[in-house]
Parts: sequence; C-alpha cells; structure tokens
Amino acid sequence: MTPAIAVSHLNFHYPDADHPALQDVSFEVGAGEWVAIIGHNGSGKSTLAKNLNGLLAPDSGVVDIAGMTLAEETVWAIRAKVGIVFQNPDNQFVGATVADDVAFGLENRGIPRAEMLVRVQEALEAVEMSDFASREPARLSGGQKQRVAIAGIIAQRPDIIILDEATSMLDPAGRTEIIRLIQQLRATTQLTVLSITHDIDEAAKADRVILLNDGQIKTTGTPAEIFAYGPELLALGLDVPYPEKLKAALTARGVAMPQTYLDEEGLVAYLWTLHSTM
Amino acid sequence: MNKLLLGRYLPGDSWLHKLDPRTKLMASFYYIAIIFLANNWQSYLMMFVATMIMVAASKIRLGFFMRGVRPMLWLILFTVALQVFFTKGGAVYWSWGWLAITQYGLTNGAFIFMRFVLIIFVSTLLTLTTPPLALADAVESLLHPLRKIGVPVTELALVLQIALRFVPTLMDQTTKIMNAQRARGVDFGSGNLFQQMKAVVPLLIPLFVDSFGIAEDLATAMDARGYQGGDGRTKYRILQYHPRDVYAGGWMVILTLGLVFLRA
Repeated sequence: MTPAIAVSHLNFHYPDADHPALQDVSFEVGAGEWVAIIGHNGSGKSTLAKNLNGLLAPDSGVVDIAGMTLAEETVWAIRAKVGIVFQNPDNQFVGATVADDVAFGLENRGIPRAEMLVRVQEALEAVEMSDFASREPARLSGGQKQRVAIAGIIAQRPDIIILDEATSMLDPAGRTEIIRLIQQLRATTQLTVLSITHDIDEAAKADRVILLNDGQIKTTGTPAEIFAYGPELLALGLDVPYPEKLKAALTARGVAMPQTYLDEEGLVAYLWTLHSTM
Repeated sequence: MNKLLLGRYLPGDSWLHKLDPRTKLMASFYYIAIIFLANNWQSYLMMFVATMIMVAASKIRLGFFMRGVRPMLWLILFTVALQVFFTKGGAVYWSWGWLAITQYGLTNGAFIFMRFVLIIFVSTLLTLTTPPLALADAVESLLHPLRKIGVPVTELALVLQIALRFVPTLMDQTTKIMNAQRARGVDFGSGNLFQQMKAVVPLLIPLFVDSFGIAEDLATAMDARGYQGGDGRTKYRILQYHPRDVYAGGWMVILTLGLVFLRA
C-alpha cells in the first residue's frame, strides 16, 4: 500500500535565514495513521507542513502525497488531498458565515452547487455545527471556528488532514473539543492525521511521534517510547506529560516504576496495585 | 465597540426584507432618479405617500429613518437656505440688499427639502432591510456583464466580502490594543483635540501591522484551500428572483406613470 505521505531527504532554507529550516528530513506516514510532529518553537514544524502541500517549495528532496510527487503540475491536485488547519482561528475564516466558509474550498474547485449543498451539510454535521450554519464568525468561540475550519477541509474529502498547531490558541476546553473531534472523525473515516504541536497531551493521542529539533528529525517512536526520554525532552525545550513527570519524581524517591509510558489512567492503576495487598 | 453596526442592517422578515437585494438596489437608484421628475405639490405629495407606504411595508419604526436624516441636517439646511434666498420670482415677502425671500424661493426651498428627505429615507430603507453581504452579492451580480470588458468583478466581490467579514475581527483587535495601551497609561478621549489625536497614534500603528499579519495568514489559508482566482469557481450563495420582485418593479412603473401624469 502506498503511504499517505512519503518525504525523502527534504531540505529547506528561508532566503534570509542563517540556518536551514529543514535538513535532510525523511519520514513516512501510512494511510489512516495519526502521526504527531513535536519540537520546540522554531524547530521547523510549521515549515515542514507548508512543504507538504506546496505552500513552500523545497530546495531539494522529494515529497510524495498518496503516490503523487509534489511538483508544479500536481500542486492543485495535492492541495485537494491535503487539508491544513492553521493556528489562528480568525485568520483562516474566509466566508462571511459558517456555511460560506465551509463552501469556500468547494467553490475554488468548481464543484456544482447541488453537490456543494450536500457536502456542506454533511461536513457541518460531522463537526456538530449544523445549528450554526448561518452564524457569522464573530459570534463563534475559538474552538467552534476551528471546527468550522475542519468542516471546510472534510467537505473537500481529503485523504490527509494536517493540524498546524490548530489547538495552540484555544482554551483547554476548546483543545479537548478539537482532539475529541479528530478521534471521532478517524473512527468513521480513513483520514490520515498529521498533527504538528507542542501540546504534549495532543501528541500522546497519536499512533506515532516524530521529534523534530533544529530542522532535523531527532527520533521517532510511539508516544510511550518518546516520553520515556523524559529529561532529554525537557532539555530540548519540550514538556513532558504530567504522569511522566510524576513517574520520574517517584523513581527519584526510590519507588520502582515501569519503564514504559503510562497515561493518567494507567498510572493510577499502577499506583494503586503497588499499594494494594490483595 | 461592538455597537457600531455596519450598514445599520435590522434583521426582520417583512416583504421588503425578503426582496432580492438586486431588486432593492436597482429600485432605490431608480427611485432616486425619478424623484427629480417631481416639480409641483401634487407630484411631491404622491412621492411622499409612496415613500411612507414603503416605510410601513418594512415594519421598521420611523425613528430609525429620522436618525438617518440627522447627520445630513446641516447640508440640507444650507441647500434649502441657498434656494430660499437666491431664487427670484413671484411675490416678494422680505428683502435686504441683494437677499430676498420670494414666493418661488420658498416653494423651491420646500421642494428641495422634500427631495432630500425622500432620498435619505429610501437609501436608509435599503441599508436597513438588506444585509451588507447581500448588497455585495447584488453589486457583483449586477456588474457581472463588465467581466466581458476585463473588469475582475468576481475578485472585487471577494475582496469586498472579505473586507466585510474582517470588520468585526479588526474591531476586536482595536479593543484589545486600546486596553493594552490603557494599561500602559494612554488616556483615550480626554484632553484637547491635538492630545486626542496623539493618543490615537499608538493605536493605529499596531493595528496597521496586525492587519498585514492577518492578510498574510489569510492568503496562506486561501492558497491551501485551493484558491486560484476567478474563472473556474462555482458559487455557493446564489440570488434568485421571485414573483415579489416583479411586483416591486410594477410598483416603480406605477410611480413613474403617476409622476408623468401629475407633474406640471
């Protein structure tokens, strides 16, 4: 099966920057996989996202999206397959109302109106925003605006959705709302998700994590493997999930802890069995 | 800041609210043109009654229309005064040097006043019953034939639509910057005119820089969603004429005939 995203030896250098933004980046994302890319500010995460759909052209290297090689001729076909949700909920809302915004991408592709009406309705239902179809963006919360942005993307029936720090400007409630929505969408469709984030809890939900540092892939692995690095992550300017911090603190106090990553529930289960005499 | 409503649109479900925005736009221009046909008491009276019928049909309180007249009051009074003092003819009621109030002057002044008020009422009626976005759609649709001579109508319409969409966003931004500057001790709205103008500078510059940031983000987002410019695009929002639009046209024809019949 062809991978959803295959990047090999990608290099990118901003014209007026001292250091290259991306150096020899190679990775693959399988169809239907959820991969998180983490890294500190300026590690090249967002630059990588923009290289995947031709918003930026790589200096060298090959980007394959669902079997198509990114080039001048394929860029529009690839943009139809890759949707990006950006960071700022306000600055990506083009339409005057929710429904208009969802339709924007479809209008761009010249989809007939009859089909547009169906797809907009479906997309709004998928993100639970049908009741807001005629609302103006000014009357929506940040989380709702990001949901509309996601609806605008799924209306185009893409294969891949990239969340480019899509939750970083939201309050905690909005953040969980969006993550839950992505999990829900993945349960019903074959969507490949690439989430670029420095929210460690978002990364913990992914199937696989790629750690980017100064434009290079430092390491990749399952969330459990990555978070097991603990102190090294902190040295790279990244946070560690709370259960992992607690684990490290307990280990330091001489409590025997497992080496694998535990989420909050797993940790609670481990801790109580530790003390249980049953 | 949020009280500043763009276009002063009042949501409603009256007959006038439901009219196609193109009909309303064209009819308003047409109405303003035919008012100039009125030239005696009878024709002005007819136009006045017709306007009041339309105002009643909108189910909007008369007070909103009066508010439309207020900002124009000085211009109206100035024009009326010019007419009153400088039109010669008929009986002379009062004179002082080269100034004179004559019979013709008074009637002309009254007609001009009437014309102003009616024009303001009708344009207010248009903006009160039509959302700005619908007006933008109407302009796009009506200007569409200009594409043939190379005017980028769809692009201009998109620019207009995005401008309308970002008004509230920029307002929020302004409030945020104002609060940030207040926290640093800037005092808006006090002091003399010069001091107040100076207080606006630290507001405008960040706002200006911000709007460029927004524009860049927006352009990236539009690009990512496959925007390639005008021609191959389809439209989600479309305008459709209904029988009521024909009735509105008929109403305009009746008014025109009435004017032609009544005018001197």
